[in-house]
Amino acid sequence: MEKGLTHYIWTHTRPQQLWILLVVAASMIPYFLSFDLPKQIVNGPIQGQGFEGEAARQLFMRIEFALPVFGNVVFFPGIELNRLQMLIALSMVFLALVVVNGLFKLYINTYKGRLGERLLRRIRFELVDRVLRFPPSQFKRIKGAEIASMIKDEVEPMGGFTGDAFVAPALLGGQAATALFFIFVQNVWLGMIAGIIVAVQAVLIPRMRRRLLVLGRERQLTARELAGRVSEIVEGVNTMHAYDTSNFERADIAARLGRIFKIRYDLYQWKFLVKFINNFLASVTPFLFYLIGGYLALQGRLDIGQLVAVIAAYKDLPGPLKELIDWDQARQDVQVKYNQVVEQFKVDSLIDPALQELSTDKAAPLAGALAVANLTLADDSGAHTVEHVSVQFPRGEYAAIIGGAAAGGDALAEAIGRSVWPESGRIAIGDADLFGLPESVVGRRITYVSSDAYFFFGTLRDNLLYSLKHAPLREPEYEDAHANFRKWEVSEARMAGNPDHDIESDWIDYEAAGATGPEDLFPSVVSVLDSVYLTKDILELALRSAVDPHTHEELTTHIVKLRNTFREELDKAGLSNLVVPFEPDRYNIEATVGENLLFGTALGEQLVGRAIGRNAYFREVVGRAGLDRKLYQMGYEIAENAVELFAGLPPDHPFFQQLTFMTPDDIPMYQQLLQKLKGKDFAETTDEDKHNIIRLSFAYIEPRHRFGLLTDDLMKTIVEVRLAFHEGLPESLKGAIDRYDPHSYMASASLLDNVLFGRVSHRHADGPERVRTMVIELLSEPGLYDQVLSIGLEFNLGAGGRRLTQVQRQKLNLARALLRRSDYYIFNRPLPALDGRTQEQICRNVLTLVRDNNDKDVSIIWVLTNTTLTDLFDRVLIFDKGRLVGDGKHAELADNATFRELVS
Amino acid sequence: MLLKDEVQMLRRVPLFSGVDPTKLKLLAFTSDRVHYAAGEMLFRQGDNGDAAYVILTGRADILVEAPGGQIKVAEVENNSIVGEIAILCDVSRTATVKASTNLEALRISKDHFLKLLTDFPEMTIEIMRELASRLSRTTMELTDERARARKSD
Repeated sequence: MEKGLTHYIWTHTRPQQLWILLVVAASMIPYFLSFDLPKQIVNGPIQGQGFEGEAARQLFMRIEFALPVFGNVVFFPGIELNRLQMLIALSMVFLALVVVNGLFKLYINTYKGRLGERLLRRIRFELVDRVLRFPPSQFKRIKGAEIASMIKDEVEPMGGFTGDAFVAPALLGGQAATALFFIFVQNVWLGMIAGIIVAVQAVLIPRMRRRLLVLGRERQLTARELAGRVSEIVEGVNTMHAYDTSNFERADIAARLGRIFKIRYDLYQWKFLVKFINNFLASVTPFLFYLIGGYLALQGRLDIGQLVAVIAAYKDLPGPLKELIDWDQARQDVQVKYNQVVEQFKVDSLIDPALQELSTDKAAPLAGALAVANLTLADDSGAHTVEHVSVQFPRGEYAAIIGGAAAGGDALAEAIGRSVWPESGRIAIGDADLFGLPESVVGRRITYVSSDAYFFFGTLRDNLLYSLKHAPLREPEYEDAHANFRKWEVSEARMAGNPDHDIESDWIDYEAAGATGPEDLFPSVVSVLDSVYLTKDILELALRSAVDPHTHEELTTHIVKLRNTFREELDKAGLSNLVVPFEPDRYNIEATVGENLLFGTALGEQLVGRAIGRNAYFREVVGRAGLDRKLYQMGYEIAENAVELFAGLPPDHPFFQQLTFMTPDDIPMYQQLLQKLKGKDFAETTDEDKHNIIRLSFAYIEPRHRFGLLTDDLMKTIVEVRLAFHEGLPESLKGAIDRYDPHSYMASASLLDNVLFGRVSHRHADGPERVRTMVIELLSEPGLYDQVLSIGLEFNLGAGGRRLTQVQRQKLNLARALLRRSDYYIFNRPLPALDGRTQEQICRNVLTLVRDNNDKDVSIIWVLTNTTLTDLFDRVLIFDKGRLVGDGKHAELADNATFRELVS
Repeated sequence: MLLKDEVQMLRRVPLFSGVDPTKLKLLAFTSDRVHYAAGEMLFRQGDNGDAAYVILTGRADILVEAPGGQIKVAEVENNSIVGEIAILCDVSRTATVKASTNLEALRISKDHFLKLLTDFPEMTIEIMRELASRLSRTTMELTDERARARKSD
C-alpha cells in the first residue's frame, strides 16, 4: 500500500478529484453572481437608479462583450423592462441562482461522499485481502478483534476525508487569500497586521495540535487494545470462571478504561485550550484594526470608508481560515491513522496474490509425488521441531506416522498442510515447490485435517460443504430487476477495486464431492457422515429442531401420519403407556396442569410464561368454572409440601433439581406467603398472592410429584375449561397459541414432540431414550430419512461451532475433508477427543471410504495417536525428537527401538 | 401410589426405618417412581452403577452370570433395596436384577443417595449395620463351606 494517505487517495481517485475541482470552480460563477445581484436589485428597481422618469425602461439580460478582434459583440440584445417588471425579473434570477447554487452543492456533496465511500470500500477490502495473504506465523501475534476494529472503525474517517482531500484546501485557501488580498488593497498596514495574525495562527495552531495528534494516536491504540481484551474475555470466559480470575480481568479492564479516560480527558482539555487561543487570535485582529486603524483615521492617513471596508472584509477571513486549519488537522489525523493501520498490515513475505487467483477450472491431479527434502521446521521460539528430514510419499501409498508427543510427525504434517512454513529445505510436488503452487491446486488436491477445527457461524450443512467452495461455478439466474441490481453491484465493485465474484452463485464444487449437482450430492454426504459416526448425532439434532410446515410440507404431513404408526409400534412392543397421547377431550396425566389447560403451545407474549396469569380472557374462562379456586387450593398444598420438604436445605443442594416449579430462592417467599394466607378464604386474598399460588399448580404433574392433588373431578373441570377456552378464543389471541391438533403439525414444537404427540411416561425407567430410539427407527424409512437428516443439517453451529460438542466438532471436521476428492489426504491426529476404540473404528472406515471414493493412486498420510493401527497402513514412519528414526512396513518394525518403546 | 404411601413403604425398609419421616418424604420426592413389567431388567451385571432401587411392590430375581449361564442367587421382594453396592463402592453391577412380577420401585440416583448419607448420619450407620451383618453372614457361610470341604478331603 502507498506510504501516505494523500498519495493513496491521489493514486486511486485522480480523475474524479480533477473533475470535482472543475465542478467546484464552475460552481463559483453562480455563487459570486448571487453576491452581486442583491446590490443590483436594491440600487436598480428599488432605489430607482437608471429609472429616472415615468416611463423609463432598461434592458434586461443584455449580454455583450468587447472582444479584441471582433470589437463589441452582442450575444443577447436584451429585453426592455419597466421598473416593476425589472424587479420581478431580477428577483426571479435571484431565485434561479439560489436553486442553481443548491443543486451544485447537492451534486458536489453527493459526489464527494460517493468518492469517499468507494475509497473506504477499497481500503477495507485491501486490508482484509492482506489478512488472507498473511503468512501463518503472523496469526500467532495478532488479535482478531484488534484487526477487526482497525478495519471497521479506524479506517472509517479516511472515507470522509477523501472527498475533501484536494477540494477543501483549494476552495478555502482561495477564499482566505481573496479576503486577505482585499484588505491589503484597502490599506497595506492593516493588511500586514491581518497577515501577521494569520501567519501566527497558521504556524502556532498546527504546532499545538501536534500534541493532539499524539494523544489521538494513543487513544486509538488503547481503544484497539481494549477491543482485543474484550474479545479475549468473551473467548476465554470458561477459563476465567474455572480459575476465579474474573476479578483480575475486571481490574485489568478498569485500569485500561482509566488510561483511556485520562487520554481522552487530556485530549479534551488540550483541544479546548487550542480552541481558546485560536478564537482569541481571531478576535484580537479587529481589536488591532480598531486601535491602529482608528489612530490612522484620526491622523487622517486612512479614510473611514476604508476602515469599515477592511473590518467587513476581515469578517470573511477567519471562517475559511478556521476551516482550513480544521482540514489540516483532519488531514494529519487520518494520515496518522492510515500510517498506523498500514504499519500493522505491512508484513514481510505476504503470500503472492497470484497464488490465490480464483480458478473456475477443474483442478487437474497433481503432477508427481510429494517429496520432502532436507526439511527443517522451527517453532516460534526458534526451536527445531523437525530437523533435516527427507522422505518421499509416492502416489497410492497409505503411510502412518507415529511418535511421541511433539516428536516431529505432527509438525511435518502441518508443513504439508501449509500451516507452517519451512525454515529450510523444501517440500515439492513432482518438480514444483509446494509453496509456489497456486492454492487452487494444492488447496484442492491436498486435503489436510488437524484437530483444531474452525467452524463458521452458520448451519451444519454450510460448514460441511465449506471444503468445496472454491469458486463461483454456477451463475445464478436473475429476474430483470435483480439483474440490473447485479449489474450495478459489479460496476460498483470494480470501481472500488473489489472483485465482482457473485456470492449468490453456487460455489459448491459438486464434482469434487463425487456428484454431478445439488440433486445427487446427498448420498456422498450421508456416506461421509456415516463413516465418522456423525449421522446419529445429526438425527438427534433434527429431532430437537422445530420445522416450519410451510417450507417442509411433505415432511410435516408425513410426520403427522407417523403419529399413528408410532402408536401401533408402541402397542406392538407392549409399551402402550410409555407415551400418553394428547387427546382434545381427555386429561393427559403425564403433562402439566398448565399444558392440559392450554392444550397448546403459547406463542404470543399475552400467553407466554407469567403473562398468562394476567390475561383477562384466560382468567375469565378459568373463573367462570370456579377452577381458579380449585387451582388456588392445589397451589396452596403444593407450596405447603414444597416448603415442608425443602425448607431446611441449603440453596445449592442437588435435590433442588427435582423441584421444577420453584427456585431455592422462592422457598422463603412462599414460607411467608403461607403464613400470611393461613386460614384465609380465596376471596380474601390479593390478586398478586393468588397469582403466586396458582402459578405453582400449573407445573404440577401427578405421576412425577405424587402429592395426590389431582382428583377425577378436577381433571374433568380442567378439560371443560380447556374446551371453553378454545371455543371462545377471541380474535386477538388466535395467533398467540398453537393448539394441539392430532391432525396437524405443530410448528412450534420439536420434530420429536410432533411424532410423539404426547408426553413420555415418568414411570418407565429410561423412557425418553427408548422413545428416541423408536422414533429414530421410524424415521429411518427410505425417503423420510434423507429429509430428516436434511433438517439436522440445518442446525446452526453457533459462533466457532460451539453448539456442538468437541467430539462432534472433530468428527465434522474430518467429515468435510472426506467429502472432497483429493490426491493426498493428510490426517494430523484428527480425533484426539474420541476414545481409542471409536478412533480405531473411524480410522478403518475412513481408509475404506477413501479407497472406494478415489482412484487407486490416492495417498494417505496419517499421524496416529497410538501404534495399534499401524498394520492398516502400507508403510510406517517413526519420528523421534524431530528426526525420522524408522521407515518401513509394519512387519519390519518390530526391532526398531523407538517403535518398541511406543508400543510398550 | 402417593408420596405419603411411599414414605410408609420406605419406613418398612430396614435401612430407612430409623430415618425421620420428613427426610424420607424428601428422599421419595427426589427419586423417580419407575414401573417394570415382569421380565424387564432393572439393571445388568457389568453395567455402570448409577442408581439404587427400593422395591415398593412386586418381586425380582437376582441373577449372576456363570460359565454355564445365569444362576439365580436370590430373590427380593417389597421393602428391600437393591443395587446399593455398586453405587457405594464405584464398581460395576455385580449381578443382574430382573423383575419376576410387575414391579414398582423408587429409583434413587447415585448422587442423591450419597448426598443423603452425608446429610443424615443415622442413615449411614444403618447402612453400615446392614453391610456388616451381610458380611458376617457371608463369613459364616464361607467358614461352613471350608469346614465341609475339609471334611470331604
